[in-house]
Amino acid sequence: MIEGFLLGLYTALSVKNMLMVIGGCIIGTFIGMLPGLGPMSIIAIMIPVAISIGDPAAALILLAGVYYGAVFGGSTSSILINAPGVASTVATSFDGYPLTRQGKAGKALTIAAIASFAGGTVGALLLVFFAPALASVALLFHSSEYFALMVVGLSAIAAFAGSGQVTKALLMTVVGLALATVGEGAQFNMPRFTMAIMDLQSGIGFITLAMAMFAIPETLLLVLDPSRSGKAGSKQTDITNLRITKDEAKKITPVIGRQSLQGFLIGVMPGAGATIASFLGYAVERNIAPEEERKEFGKGSVKGLAAPESANNAACTGSFVPLLTLGIPGSGTTAILLGALIALNVSPGPRLMQDQPEIFWSVIISMYIGNVVLLILNLPLIPYIAKVLTVPRTFLIPFILFFTLMGAYIGQNNATELLFLVGLGVAATILRFASFPLAPLLIGFILGPMLEDNFSRATQLYDGVSFIWERPMTAILLGIAVLLIVLPAMRSRKASKELDSG
Amino acid sequence: MALDRWLALFIALIFLIYGYTAFFQMDGLLPPILQRNPVWPSTFPKILSVIGVFGALCVLINIEKTDRQIIDDIIVENWRLYKIFNALTLISGMVIYALTLRSLGFLAATFLFLSLSAALLGERRFPLLIVVSGMASYGIWYLVDSVLGIYMTPFPAFLNIS
Repeated sequence: MIEGFLLGLYTALSVKNMLMVIGGCIIGTFIGMLPGLGPMSIIAIMIPVAISIGDPAAALILLAGVYYGAVFGGSTSSILINAPGVASTVATSFDGYPLTRQGKAGKALTIAAIASFAGGTVGALLLVFFAPALASVALLFHSSEYFALMVVGLSAIAAFAGSGQVTKALLMTVVGLALATVGEGAQFNMPRFTMAIMDLQSGIGFITLAMAMFAIPETLLLVLDPSRSGKAGSKQTDITNLRITKDEAKKITPVIGRQSLQGFLIGVMPGAGATIASFLGYAVERNIAPEEERKEFGKGSVKGLAAPESANNAACTGSFVPLLTLGIPGSGTTAILLGALIALNVSPGPRLMQDQPEIFWSVIISMYIGNVVLLILNLPLIPYIAKVLTVPRTFLIPFILFFTLMGAYIGQNNATELLFLVGLGVAATILRFASFPLAPLLIGFILGPMLEDNFSRATQLYDGVSFIWERPMTAILLGIAVLLIVLPAMRSRKASKELDSG
Repeated sequence: MALDRWLALFIALIFLIYGYTAFFQMDGLLPPILQRNPVWPSTFPKILSVIGVFGALCVLINIEKTDRQIIDDIIVENWRLYKIFNALTLISGMVIYALTLRSLGFLAATFLFLSLSAALLGERRFPLLIVVSGMASYGIWYLVDSVLGIYMTPFPAFLNIS
């Protein structure tokens, strides 16, 4: 493990990879600040660039840097103009924006940066211990357990979709799995569901689908409803005093400690992710705060700002645990990263740590470096970076659409792919109008081939589906998957009935 | 009926077609040697079609018995307030861009897409628009073609210049 760690350290500290981290963080911050553009859209747009680098470690380091930068950028727009660029930074605006209105924008940004740094750092440290332990357990798994584990992951994503959303999330997952069966799979060597369209022989492109699910709907929604852009293009808030007092530092320290730990553990669970971590972090801190401090929440409390910021950054790091150790993405963002890794011929999973330790460890170490970069580079640069908020939407929207189209074109070098992109993007926008969650669709699409592959292998090995009851671990995992789907659906049905009768 | 239930009905129909293909069309093409295999190419799609139809019906009959969740402040009932014309025109613009990228060449197609889209969204500083679109078109073509090494036809096909 120490040898691998040192190899990772050597890889992460190379000039090329340091530039990747710095570049990724800056690009992510710039774009993440734009209201309406989340990390998933940004990473989807950046994938063709990352793949063209060719080096998997450098590509993943760049994308991870973009991810952190985007989350940090989202906090900045939440604090400065009350327009969260990302769902996970909505809770940041509860107290961040009131602080800006009180003329304390600089202070709010400093607290957000410190809390993010601490959350990310604690997360990275926990990742160093958690990931190898989980990977060593996962090495004992057979294809049947992998199949069951993936079913648990997909079920958890649906289960955490929220009240009234479980069946929709489940349906979207199955749609994603079905889309993954289109084309000529490696396993059977025969075309499936191609409808005699030659361009579908190789299946639907992962980059095309990722852009269609996130970048196109986000942008079309900005066109449909211009008020979603927040006050982008309006006069920039003055950011002068970045200092925090001793008393404020004393107040936020325990909050950051608690929420970094809680956020990380929530991030590790598939489907929970940074958004739930930030809201839960905010709610927990408000509930345990003394009476007079509780009144401050929502009006510019430093604790209320530090809690979601440390929780969402720790959760971002935590979400890498199932990705790197099991090869199972816990969120839409990590699903996109998984797709990028597969495109680079890297298979994340328990063997990654043994077979390609330089990738495994360099990514973990670069997370820590990314947090340092965000703290020391972005904070002094924030007044300048915030100028991106003044870019008029008349230029912003055509450019986002153009980069999306270019991403799909470069990825496949095929103009027909652009038509698929537009068609799928319009379908995704309509689904968003009907509140169908789109992340489960993409996760299903990415996990689809692996799920089918493990299912087929287990079935061939046992000459049928007897592996379900012959392997106790598989049976237990599948039982958990069923419970994950049935219990929340029943609970929300019961709650609704009580509401009707009461 | 709410939009989500209409969509669930549509998805159910898609899964019925998907299932019909998996159950009745795919297996006929299978070579005899593969028919002795416990897993066929249609096995996984068959399972998915059953779960898909079941899931779509659950949404259709609103089995969770909850009101529609409003995510991201999108309120479908307010559709009249949305700039639908602008969105449809931009979608058409993307389709035209995809269809003309090869024939018009990257530079002209990109320049027209960027400048016309910005003008549609209300940009009236035309000299700035032309400069920004022109610089972006050339800059990105140079970056993709020369730096990333991905060839893209820069000029219209009829000029025969590469």
